[in-house]
Amino acid sequence: MASLVGSRVERKEDKRFLTGKGRYTSDINIANQTYAIFIRSPHARAKIKKIDTSKALKSSGVVDILTGEHIAQDKIGGLIAGWAIRSEDGSEMKCPANPPLAKDSVNFVGDPVAVVFAETLDEARAAAELVKVDYKVLKAVSNLGEAMNSEAIHDGIDKNLCYDWLLGDRQKVKEAFDKADKIIKLDINNNRLIPNAMEPRACVIDYNTASEEITCYTTSQNPHLSRLIMSAFGGVAPENKLRVVAPDVGGGFGSKINLYNEEIVCSWASKKIERPIKWVAERTESFLTDTHGRDHITHAELAVTNDGKFLGFKNETIANLGAYARVFGTVTPTYLFGPCATGVYIMPAAYSNVKAVYTNTAPVDAYRGAGRPEATYTIERIVDKAAMELGIDPIEIRMKNFPTEFPFKQTLVHQIDSGDYVAGLNKAKEMADYDGFAARKKESESKGKLRGIGVTSYFEACGIAPSPVVMMLGCGVGLWESAEVRFNPTGQVTVYTGSHSHGQSHQTTFAQIAADELGVPIENIDVVHGDTDKGTFGMGTYGSRSLTVGGIAIVNACKKIVNKGKKIAAKMLEASPDEVDFKNGEFVVAKSNKKKTIGEVAFASYLPGVRDEVKSPLPEGEEPGLIESSFFDPANFSFPAGSHICEVEIDPETGHVKLDKYTAVDDFGTIVNPLIVEGQVHGGLAQGIGQALYENAQYDDSGQLITASYMDYTMPRADDLPDFNLGFTCTKATTNPLGVKGCGEAGTIAATPTVMNAVINALDGKEISLPATAEKVWKACKEMKKSNAKAA
Amino acid sequence: MKTFNYHSAKDVKEASKLASSNSAFLAGGMTTIPSMKLGLASYKDIIDIKRIKKLSGIKVSGKTVTIGATTKHSEVASSKDVKKAIPSLAALAEGIGDPQVRNRGTIGGSIANNDPAADYPSACIALNATIHTNNRSIDAEKFFRGMFETCLKSTEVIESIEFSIPQKSSYQKLPNPASRYAIVGVYVAQHKTGINVGVTGAKSCVYNDKDLAGALTKNFSSSAIDSVKVSSSGMNSDIHASSDYRANMVKAFAKKAVDAC
Repeated sequence: MASLVGSRVERKEDKRFLTGKGRYTSDINIANQTYAIFIRSPHARAKIKKIDTSKALKSSGVVDILTGEHIAQDKIGGLIAGWAIRSEDGSEMKCPANPPLAKDSVNFVGDPVAVVFAETLDEARAAAELVKVDYKVLKAVSNLGEAMNSEAIHDGIDKNLCYDWLLGDRQKVKEAFDKADKIIKLDINNNRLIPNAMEPRACVIDYNTASEEITCYTTSQNPHLSRLIMSAFGGVAPENKLRVVAPDVGGGFGSKINLYNEEIVCSWASKKIERPIKWVAERTESFLTDTHGRDHITHAELAVTNDGKFLGFKNETIANLGAYARVFGTVTPTYLFGPCATGVYIMPAAYSNVKAVYTNTAPVDAYRGAGRPEATYTIERIVDKAAMELGIDPIEIRMKNFPTEFPFKQTLVHQIDSGDYVAGLNKAKEMADYDGFAARKKESESKGKLRGIGVTSYFEACGIAPSPVVMMLGCGVGLWESAEVRFNPTGQVTVYTGSHSHGQSHQTTFAQIAADELGVPIENIDVVHGDTDKGTFGMGTYGSRSLTVGGIAIVNACKKIVNKGKKIAAKMLEASPDEVDFKNGEFVVAKSNKKKTIGEVAFASYLPGVRDEVKSPLPEGEEPGLIESSFFDPANFSFPAGSHICEVEIDPETGHVKLDKYTAVDDFGTIVNPLIVEGQVHGGLAQGIGQALYENAQYDDSGQLITASYMDYTMPRADDLPDFNLGFTCTKATTNPLGVKGCGEAGTIAATPTVMNAVINALDGKEISLPATAEKVWKACKEMKKSNAKAA
Repeated sequence: MKTFNYHSAKDVKEASKLASSNSAFLAGGMTTIPSMKLGLASYKDIIDIKRIKKLSGIKVSGKTVTIGATTKHSEVASSKDVKKAIPSLAALAEGIGDPQVRNRGTIGGSIANNDPAADYPSACIALNATIHTNNRSIDAEKFFRGMFETCLKSTEVIESIEFSIPQKSSYQKLPNPASRYAIVGVYVAQHKTGINVGVTGAKSCVYNDKDLAGALTKNFSSSAIDSVKVSSSGMNSDIHASSDYRANMVKAFAKKAVDAC
């Protein structure tokens, strides 16, 4: 049987998705369900003086209306930050309470204060309009740059500062800077993004009055974790009385890592009102209340020699947490950002200093790439600026500072096990026809257009691990993953995984892996995920961890199956277990050439008595059945890397940026399914390009989100994108048996700096902030024209 | 959405009779229905005019193209007759919204709504359109009154729009990157009787830019536009485009339109 790892197996999930048969949370309806509508603060910052529900309670069809008072009475806990970060001075980070329904104060537009349950959605909406909330409106802190000098939003949190964190050695950096020929300085923003999963958040709750069990169907990337938080911190129900199911989920991009107010409130309320509850976010609610991404202001400095060697690097960043600290909110701008800020380079000295601040905006949390796009943007922009100021080719300056030996100890934290950055950049250079750029630029100029080329080399750290280190760094949980592999007596296999697929195609890739390990046709393997009642515990899917952590747990569980199978086969074949080889789904004894298929062995394992010629197949001490589980905790992160090159053509008359060519060369180690990996890269690139050219969440001074719909928030569209030119190099990861590295975030990480470097290259180095919208580019073109005219 | 009475009118007379100051005609519903769903608008009566056969269709005579009010954008975009007589009008229709919008949205709905960033109003201005209603015929220049405002009375039903076939014409737009409505859309048309430059998206209402038209009358070339000063006063300003940028884009897209004529 040919190996399935490495082949372009078509996605098992496509049939149901493409025929409209996916089963999403909002497809679930439970008899006698009520409909929830949340009443949300229209103000960015206010005290709640009074909530009057009397009129609304009398409205047609209303079952109940609950507020923060009820939450407090029932001692239901709030939302939490999953990582404890310490400041440079050793003090603990400061996090405000975040009750599921605000009782005393609201801190961003969309912060929920009450919830209406009614017989129909229309009745719930009508009643919600009758709930009177009396607010004392306070001055909002909506500007990130001014937040530390503004009034404190939360009692006891001075300067709105959650922490002031440092990674690295300031003294060493100072010494390096003292020796430098030149210091390159850069002030940049990293624009706020709204994740915009295609499926809005939703939950359907079913409380069983007989078993007293709550079932919460929800749009989550990690149902087990949601259950844990809801139980341990929310106090909604003990874990054994709480089942969380995340069925088909239409995209998450990090925004569905968090457990949200609505899931806690509806789970708690379903038991209280003894009725099922359905809540589905409207798109505006998604814009307002899904966790947002990015939102940094950074000052960076790079110390260089005249011939382009890097000596040291400073990264001073202010990161926006929004109104509250959420699950990955505090770690995203620290351990996921700071260490990566020195990029793929030998950097003798470096530090990252991050001040995370609260503002009266939606909470900011992990968004595809989480910290690594911000880090890569910083280093790759400043490296380009250095190249320009030193008059060195952008590829040459990168090559000069690449490590060539692996493992490579990166300056701040990471020990990168494998990679070949030179090979990746050389391949990208060739595929992009880098040397032909000058001719293409000339051709563009002959049409009155400007042309720019941009290069980025990146690495990313994904599949956060190992748990002891992660927990030492402040994580509240271990980041292993579990799997269980069950052979049914008749030979099919069910694989249970703690990972969760919300677009990642685990049903296919995980089945490919199991098929190779077990020698069973892929059609006979089903992958089950997303239900706390099915399979063991799981940590979920984010940070490109599913394959490198969850996938390997499956491999290990399969290996256990094979080991047990060998013992059973040996007994059946009258040999000793070490005489039995397993290959292509068959247990073979070399000396006698007798064999049993794994299906036969599985069948026998369930029938441990005398049957035909088989005299009890189970060796003494072996239990019946063929079911094994595994928890995998990798020894390290995995470190994909690559180089991307793009070209833009700018119309100076309008400022329109046409993305003309995009080449991506990535090293994801072993590729299990090239078709799926290419899809992941495409999607990632679209999002990274979106950040560079289009997407920008904006709040006004009063804290109102002014990009709260698709009329104003610009998503990248298919016709904005060129055909992507993809290439791969391969250095295998040494920290897992498949040699795989994460691929889900790479495109997003690399694309933003690649595109911006190209735009700024076209503008002769003129800095513009993210995103490079037409008007900004047009203004830059005008200024360029002026300064060129002066020079002439 | 608030409840309302739904009527399907069998003819224009019935539609008009059912109408009041608290009603809306429903054709494609591309603006009406989302506004109602968002709670921004509510009506006592919704009068569906889609089933009135007479209101749909395209007729081309020697000098004019007449398009029925409920004719869909996709029908205009794909009409061989329109493509032959006024290719820029078919191209404009092809550039409205997305396929879903083009398969439902209608020309009458678009101009009755008079969204400041809609495409069709610029065509009406540039192509000397006459808007035929159930009781009068109105020149385009008089039809569009202001932001979302026309001279239509609440009981008045647009039946068709009659466009003059120009000697040459082109519509060029800078789409809002998010909504794809026009940030600026410029429709240049040269008729025997004169030149019109219909501009949409730039101000609170579509208008005929007489300065640009004047310059082009003297010299129909994009270089003639360079010397025209387009003031930013009265131009819209939002997160996607400042008034200064819009003023400059009116010129830039007028030049593109002239070059494409």
